[in-house]
Amino acid sequence: MKNTKNNKSMLAPGHRGCAGCGELLAARTVANALGPNTIIANGTGCLEVTTTPYPQSAWRMPWIHSLFENAAGVASGILAALKQQKKDKEIKVVAQGGDGGTFDIGFGLISGMWERGENILYVCYDNEAYANTGMQASGATPWGSSTTTTPAGEGQTIDAIGSHQRKKDMIAIALAHGLNYVAQTTAGFLSDIEAKVKKAVTMEGPAYIQIMTPCIPGWKISPDQTLAMGRMAAKTGLYPQLEYINGELVNKTKITKPIKVGEYLNAQGRFKHLFKTEQGKEQIKYIQSLADANIKKYGLDK
Amino acid sequence: MNKKSQKSQTSQKSQTSCILEGSQAIAQTINNIKPTVISAYPITPQTHIVEDLAKLKADGKATYEYVRAESEFAAASIVTGASATGERVYTATSSQGLILMAEVLFNIAGMRLPVVLTCANRGLSAPITIWNDHQDAMTIRDAGWIMLFAENHQEAVEQHLLAYKVAENLGLPAMVNIDGFVLTHTYESVNIPTPAQVKKFLPAYKPVKGTYLNPENPVTFGAFATPAHYMEIRQELHNALVNSQELIKKEYNNLKKAIPEIIKPTEKATKINNGLVEYYGPKNPKTILIALGSLVGTIKDVVDSESDVGVLKIKCLRPFPEKEILDILKTAKHAAVMEKAISLGATNGPMAMDIKAGAKNKIDTHIKSYVVGLGGRDITKQMIKKIIKDAENKNDAIKFIG
Ligand SMILES: Cc1ncc(C[n+]2csc(CCOP(=O)(O)OP(=O)(O)O)c2C)c(N)n1
Ligand SMILES: [Mg+2]
Repeated sequence: MKNTKNNKSMLAPGHRGCAGCGELLAARTVANALGPNTIIANGTGCLEVTTTPYPQSAWRMPWIHSLFENAAGVASGILAALKQQKKDKEIKVVAQGGDGGTFDIGFGLISGMWERGENILYVCYDNEAYANTGMQASGATPWGSSTTTTPAGEGQTIDAIGSHQRKKDMIAIALAHGLNYVAQTTAGFLSDIEAKVKKAVTMEGPAYIQIMTPCIPGWKISPDQTLAMGRMAAKTGLYPQLEYINGELVNKTKITKPIKVGEYLNAQGRFKHLFKTEQGKEQIKYIQSLADANIKKYGLDK
Repeated sequence: MNKKSQKSQTSQKSQTSCILEGSQAIAQTINNIKPTVISAYPITPQTHIVEDLAKLKADGKATYEYVRAESEFAAASIVTGASATGERVYTATSSQGLILMAEVLFNIAGMRLPVVLTCANRGLSAPITIWNDHQDAMTIRDAGWIMLFAENHQEAVEQHLLAYKVAENLGLPAMVNIDGFVLTHTYESVNIPTPAQVKKFLPAYKPVKGTYLNPENPVTFGAFATPAHYMEIRQELHNALVNSQELIKKEYNNLKKAIPEIIKPTEKATKINNGLVEYYGPKNPKTILIALGSLVGTIKDVVDSESDVGVLKIKCLRPFPEKEILDILKTAKHAAVMEKAISLGATNGPMAMDIKAGAKNKIDTHIKSYVVGLGGRDITKQMIKKIIKDAENKNDAIKFIG
C-alpha cells in the first residue's frame, strides 16, 4: 500500500524563502533524502527564519532552532537523549546552519561535536555571507566579493575590491578532525546532494556536507540562475564537488574544459565591480589562479 | 519478613546522615534524582560537583549520558537539545561560565524546557576572582528561570528535589544557587535521599507526546515570532513564572511530608519557612535583615544575641515572593537588604530594588541597601552589627560594608 504520508516533501511549500533560493532548494533535498526518521537542529539564519514563522512551520519532521551558533551542541544533546531512549540507531540526528553559523560563530561547537565522535551529520548551506542580516561578509565569503561589510569602493587601497580575506577551508578543517565522511557539493546538483546525504548517514561517526547555495538578492542574480551558478561554480574549479570517505578523496567534479572564472563572476552582481577597474581585473586573474590551484590540488582534470 | 520486603523497607529509609562535602552531597543527590543527560564544563568552584558526577559514571554507579562539553555555552546547548528530546537533564556552572551561558539560558526558558542547573556562586571579572558572591546569579535573574538560594548543604539537597519537581510540572527551568566554597567545599552533616525516596516525591520524567522532539509526533521548537505573537509568548512565560510560587510552596510541603529528613531542620527561632522565604527571629522585631544563601547562617548567629532583630532569608528570588516578603517586613521599623551583589551604576543593590519597589505605598518599613562580601570578602558579625545600627539612620544611599 502506498504511504501517502511519505510522499509528502519533508519541507513543505509555503515557506517564506525568496523565489529561486538555493538554500531552500538544497535544504528540501537534504530533508527528503533524510526522511521522517530524523531530528534536525537548525541554527539561526535565512533557512530558519523563512521556514518557521510562528505559529506555522514548514518542517514535517521534528525540528528545533535554539540559537545562531549552537546547532551542533543542541544536536549532541538530542543524540545523548536518543541514546538513553535506545533510539539512536533508528533516528538520525542532523545539525545544520548557514556559512556564518558554521565557519564563524558556531565553529567551536562544531569542533567540539566532532571531537566527541558523535554520529551526527552536519550540513552547511554556504551562500558565502550572512544573508539573513543583509549580506555581510563571513569567513566563507570569497575573494573579491562585494558584501555590505566588505563593500566594493572607489578608493585606491585593497579595501576597494570587496572581500580580501581567503575563504576558510572548512573541508580541510573537517578532515583534520578525522571525520569518516566529508563532502562538498552545490545547489546546482540536487541528485548529488541527495546521494551524498544518503551516503553520509550510513557512515559511523560525525559527517560533514557543505553545499554552496546561490543567494538571489545577495549575489544579485535572477531566480532562474540558481542552478546554473551552482554548476558553474563547480566547473570553474572554485567550488568542486568532493567526497572524502575515511579521509580519502573518492569522488570529485571531473573538469576537462574548465569554465573561466570571468564567466562565472560576470554573471553575478556581487563581482561586477571587478570588471570595471585595472585593480579589479588583477583580482579576476588572482581568482582564476585560486580555481587553477583547486583543479591541481584535487586532481579535477584527471 | 521475606527478603524482598526487607529490601524495600531499607530502601525507604534515607541514608543515615553523613559528613559530606557540599559538592559531594549535590552530586549524590543528582545521581539519585536520575537525570539521563548531564553536560558540563569545569569552572572553580563548581568543579567538584561535575567531577563527582563523572566518577559516579566511571564507577558504574550512574547510568546517565555524561557529555563532556568544550564550553559552558556548549554544555547549556547540549542540555537544551536533550531536554527538548524529552529527557531529564542537569548542568552546573559558576561565574564566567554562567554568564557565558546567558544567551542559552534565556533561550531555554523561552522554549519552556525544565532544565535544572546548579550555580556555585562566584564573583565576576574584572578583576578576575574565584571567590564567592552573587553577581553571577543576579546578572541573569531576568532570564526566566526559577532561582533558589540555599543556606546550607541540607537546604541545597532539598532545593534540588524541589527544583526538578516544579520545573518538570510547569515547563520552567530552575537554578539552585549555592555559595561557592562556603557550601561547595565545606563538610557538613547531611541527609541524602535514596533513589526510592526521590521516586516517591519525584516520579520519572515522562513528558506528554507531542511536546518533545520525536519523529512519531514531529514538532517545531524555537519558531520565529513577529510582533503579532512575541509579546503574548513572553507574557505567558512571565505569568507562569510568577504563578509558580504557589507550586513551590505546595511542593515544599509535599517534600516535607514525603522525606522529612532531607528538609533543612527547623531551628528554634524560625517562625516561617515555606519554600519561598524563611523568617528567623523575634515575633515583632524592630529591624529585619534580608539576605540570600549562606550569609543567613552568620546573620542568625548575630540575631541570637540581639533582642529585637530578625532575619528574612529569601530562598526564592525568581519568582519574586513579594507578598511573603512584605507580610514579614510590614511590622518592622527598619530593614537592611544585605547583598553580595551590585547592579553597577544603579541606586540600590539588585535585590533591594525589588524589595523597595514592592514596599512602596504598601508598607512603612524603612528599607536600606547594603553591598557586602564582594569577591569573597568576609562578612563578620561586627559588620552585621554595624548594619543593624546603620539601618536606623535616615540616609538612604547604598552603602558598601567590607
Ligand atoms: C549571537 C548572534 N549574533 C548575531 C545574530 C544575527 N544574525 C542572525 S542570522 C545571521 C546571519 C546568518 O548567516 P548564515 O549563517 O550564513 O546563514 P544565512 O542567513 O546566510 O543562510 C546573523 C548575523 C544572532 N542571531 N545571534
Ligand atoms: Mg550564509
